[in-house]
Amino acid sequence: MNAPTSSIGARPNDYTAYPDANGRFGDYGGRYVAETLMPLVLDLGEAYAAAKVDPEFQAELSGYLKHYVGRPSPLYFAERLTQHYGGAKIYLKREELNHTGAHKINNCMGQILLAMRMGKTRIIAETGAGQHGVATATVCARFGLPCVVYMGAVDVERQKPNVFRMNLLGAEVRPVTSGSATLKDAMNEALRDWVTNVHDTFYIIGSAAGPHPYPAMVRDFQAVIGNETRQQLWELEGRLPDVVVACVGGGSNAIGLFHPFLNDEHVKIVGVEASGDGMSTHRHAAAINGGRPGVLHGNKTYLIQDPEGQIEEAHSISAGLDYPGIGPEHSWLHDVGRAQYLTCTDKEALAAFQLCAELEGIIPALESSHALARLPECVDMAGKDGIVVLNLSGRGDKDVATVAEHLGRTI
Amino acid sequence: MTVSRIDRRFAALKAEGRAGFVAYVMAGDPDKATALKILQGLPAAGADIIELGFPFSDPMAEGPPIQRAAQRALAKGMTLKATLETVAAFRKGDADTPLILMGYLNPLVTWGFEAFAQDAAAAGVDGLIIVDCPPEEADPLADALDAAGIALIRLATPTTDDKRLPVVVRRTSGFVYYVSVAGVTGVKEADAAAVAPNVERVRKASGLPVAVGFGIKTPERAAAVAEVADAVVVGSALVDEVAAAGELNEDVTARVLSKAESLAKAVRLARRVAV
Repeated sequence: MNAPTSSIGARPNDYTAYPDANGRFGDYGGRYVAETLMPLVLDLGEAYAAAKVDPEFQAELSGYLKHYVGRPSPLYFAERLTQHYGGAKIYLKREELNHTGAHKINNCMGQILLAMRMGKTRIIAETGAGQHGVATATVCARFGLPCVVYMGAVDVERQKPNVFRMNLLGAEVRPVTSGSATLKDAMNEALRDWVTNVHDTFYIIGSAAGPHPYPAMVRDFQAVIGNETRQQLWELEGRLPDVVVACVGGGSNAIGLFHPFLNDEHVKIVGVEASGDGMSTHRHAAAINGGRPGVLHGNKTYLIQDPEGQIEEAHSISAGLDYPGIGPEHSWLHDVGRAQYLTCTDKEALAAFQLCAELEGIIPALESSHALARLPECVDMAGKDGIVVLNLSGRGDKDVATVAEHLGRTI
Repeated sequence: MTVSRIDRRFAALKAEGRAGFVAYVMAGDPDKATALKILQGLPAAGADIIELGFPFSDPMAEGPPIQRAAQRALAKGMTLKATLETVAAFRKGDADTPLILMGYLNPLVTWGFEAFAQDAAAAGVDGLIIVDCPPEEADPLADALDAAGIALIRLATPTTDDKRLPVVVRRTSGFVYYVSVAGVTGVKEADAAAVAPNVERVRKASGLPVAVGFGIKTPERAAAVAEVADAVVVGSALVDEVAAAGELNEDVTARVLSKAESLAKAVRLARRVAV
């Protein structure tokens, strides 16, 4: 038996009909790039639109996702977490079991196949924690394309193992010292590289952000998460979940889980932003809860910014959520009320990290731990006999040094 | 009507049979007062048109010199409001030199397009160049600027082909800025021979004068581009003088204006040497 597919049509609240032809999710999204990049962005839009409906492209992608990435990822009933909270059943979508240990590779695989289809011969990417950089370096090694990864100098210092992993995979990591030397500056530098190397270079963006078509394209490549979840939960429970929950930085893992459920309006959608030291401290990474709409990195979306419209640095224990913006589709889902965005502090994430390790034998990424920390609220929302699906977007091996430091332990 | 200040200046340049020199400096760099002094000295140093950058935290199309200039200005607390105050102060002593603000969209989103356009016009701004606002996204801003009589100067680039060019020059006025290299400001060097046919192409499509910038650092290069363009823009080389003066503990204003003078001279003499 197959799960019911979500109804796609022209009804006024068809959430899956976005973005529009101009790359807009309501007022958000768009293509705010320098003129030099506009023809490239328009080309990419056309190339992606053609690939999206090409069965050969989709079959090739599915093949690599199955045999190289290891999909489908399991949907796992977290029995002890469920007992711990004593309410709705909790399922974990095990994206951390993918090759390279996170959801990032779903998108990288799609984009590199598209890059080769477009005849591009050089790949660039930005990375914060290094997870997207590692996933990009991985697919570049697999297909034999040269790869340059831009990474904030501050992040290079605090994520040395990932820098080495990228080097092992043959990628060149270029530390970025401009601005605040973190993820947003790495993205600026990648855009500067792209504007300088317009003929041969494909920019693999890791977040569901950037100029159109990136937010839609990254979402589509990550929607395999939600599509599998629908199918798997149908097989296990014969029904759809009551709540789906995921952490949100740029928001690619979240939109991948959420999107196939947007038109099932009884399914509650919960994103969790990183509130760092707390929302009152201004040291956070919660663009929706602590920012306002603006324009950065090619799209209009919620941004953490000062009263003058200067972009501020984000702060989170999790480098993957440490970004002052959020994908434009999340901004829109927030405004129209289809999804709700909660927050989680560094401290709460650390506690959830340990709880998941102790109860389930799974060490989650600090990013995913932000979603885990809001399980009590999600279990409440789902009700006693309800079902919550949480996207366990990455594994936490990369974070053990950070966690040890915060717990005052030396390893 | 402020737009005509740009038109009058280009008409005068045409009558003189020479290209114009457009000097770019950053508002608030190295500080608000010094930047104003530089601005006030530029016309006498030979600047026919002034582009005044307003700083943004994430200038994605700029090379290191202008990135650093923005950082210096922001570190001194420079704001868009203070930039307009600088323009107003400049206008008190100069009613003729066109002044174009150049920067990124987000500070304007924060201000509100309509209110900003009115305030900018009141301060004496003639035009606006917004790097991350391509024609596809420009209508709301263009509407506001039109109502205030401010020109939205469009950018054409080496990747703007003939099919796209009409889109780029739609709703433009004043002049068109031709970006001479695919790249960020102040890194690659512009090649005058490669620029010439593109300037002609843009001139024809827009019916407007064409200023050429990005990658013009030396008087020699400025002179070469001045032979084919209606105006030559130099930015990174000027803001680098601010940085150099700071490091060497020299008079910033004198150093920047001296550099501007040598560039202006090269631009003024270019066609005389050529013919």
